[in-house]
Amino acid sequence: MIRVVLPAHLRNLARAEGEVQLDVAGEVTQRAVLDALEARYPVLRGTIRDHDTLKRRPFVRFFACEEDLSHEPPDAPLPAAIASGAEPFLIIGAIAGGI
Amino acid sequence: MSTVRVLVGTRKGAFVLTSDGKRERWDVCGPHFGGWEIYHLKGSPADPQRLYASQSTGWFGQLIQRSNDGGKTWEPVGNKFAYDGVPGTHQWYDGTPHPWEFKRVWHLEPSPTDPDTVYAGVEDAAIFRTTDAGETWQEFPGLRGHGSGPHWQPGGGGMCLHTIILDPADPQRVYIAISAAGAFRSDDAGRTWQPINRGLYSKSIPNPTAEVGHCVHHVAMHPARPHVLFMQKHWDVMRSDDAGDSWQKISGDLPVDFGFPIDVHAHEPDTIYVVPIKSDSEHYPPEGKLRVYRSRTGGNEWEALTQGLPQSNCYVNVLRDAMAVDSLDTCGVYFGTTGGQVYASPDAGDHWAPIVRDLPAVLSVEVQTLP
Repeated sequence: MIRVVLPAHLRNLARAEGEVQLDVAGEVTQRAVLDALEARYPVLRGTIRDHDTLKRRPFVRFFACEEDLSHEPPDAPLPAAIASGAEPFLIIGAIAGGI
Repeated sequence: MSTVRVLVGTRKGAFVLTSDGKRERWDVCGPHFGGWEIYHLKGSPADPQRLYASQSTGWFGQLIQRSNDGGKTWEPVGNKFAYDGVPGTHQWYDGTPHPWEFKRVWHLEPSPTDPDTVYAGVEDAAIFRTTDAGETWQEFPGLRGHGSGPHWQPGGGGMCLHTIILDPADPQRVYIAISAAGAFRSDDAGRTWQPINRGLYSKSIPNPTAEVGHCVHHVAMHPARPHVLFMQKHWDVMRSDDAGDSWQKISGDLPVDFGFPIDVHAHEPDTIYVVPIKSDSEHYPPEGKLRVYRSRTGGNEWEALTQGLPQSNCYVNVLRDAMAVDSLDTCGVYFGTTGGQVYASPDAGDHWAPIVRDLPAVLSVEVQTLP
């Protein structure tokens, strides 16, 4: 079971409470986690990554196990603690760009 | 008695303000989508309970929300705005080619006859349409593909398509405006487009009378007279009596003719409203006095409307989509400010009072007159 923490705006949008728990088949990567997340909550499509290119939106960041994984390749395996559910995968709205 | 519903988009959410036909006591509902920028929300003329809202942030991009109960509840619908084909380039601020990139929806214009059909004006400039109540959106590529597209440049607020006017008498005719490309018209329901900027003079561009490149801030039309258009340009207030084929300056005795919104009285096609702003480098009212100017002669002769508006130390702006009128017998006029005030006049502008004073910066105001 993969644990995902969404930023407040996206949690509200998805009408999710607290952490989201996802089953991810196969290797646990950023892409696999986000695919599973968007399959569960289609309303999140386009809010974390581009609809077509699937690139991360510029002001969204991915953290896990006290590391910034935002620039890791989307198909790279995530840390074992994420895959085991010991640690959550954090989706963060960057502290930038606000007015 | 009739009800008036004012739909307010702000920098931090949407608000729905309702009153009876007296327009004295108001109920304020919101924020909906708190923390998100609501560039625009508007109701369907064919089904006034059907509303659409453009919701966005720099972090999480664009969403479209739909309500079937007049704004009490909302559901997100399709948010994919994909340009048709290879987007190509327009000019960047420095004149270099820049790829067309979708940023946000500035304006939603529901069809007058079908609640499931809505047009969307977006940044970078393009026009989209949904015919399935917002689930999917398709571009009209003939606009962006107009031969002048590579020469369009963004205005200060981005290269936005901010105005969409559907001709109520001719379903084939659509007007749009883009900052800073200018106004365009389609006579074949959006398939092909022609620039309609003859008569505009913009001294800040290399060729002041160029076919495209004008910073049109807003265009308004009275539905009973769809060939007459009124325009607030960056500088200059303009009028066309031939569906945009030519324009004449009607700034007349305005104290300054820079501004953003322009609108037309619901029952008097020659009564128009603007809000003069000091200059393009000082986006606030002249002398710190917030004044709506009204012309009852279709332009050139203007009167200041000040009763109930702050006449000292006022330094707010009124953005291009932040003025609207109701259609009650005594036409109500409404506008919102970047200071978060929404003002209403129940008597065509003679007297004003704030409905609310402390909303987030107001981006758009629309009005529904309900039976």
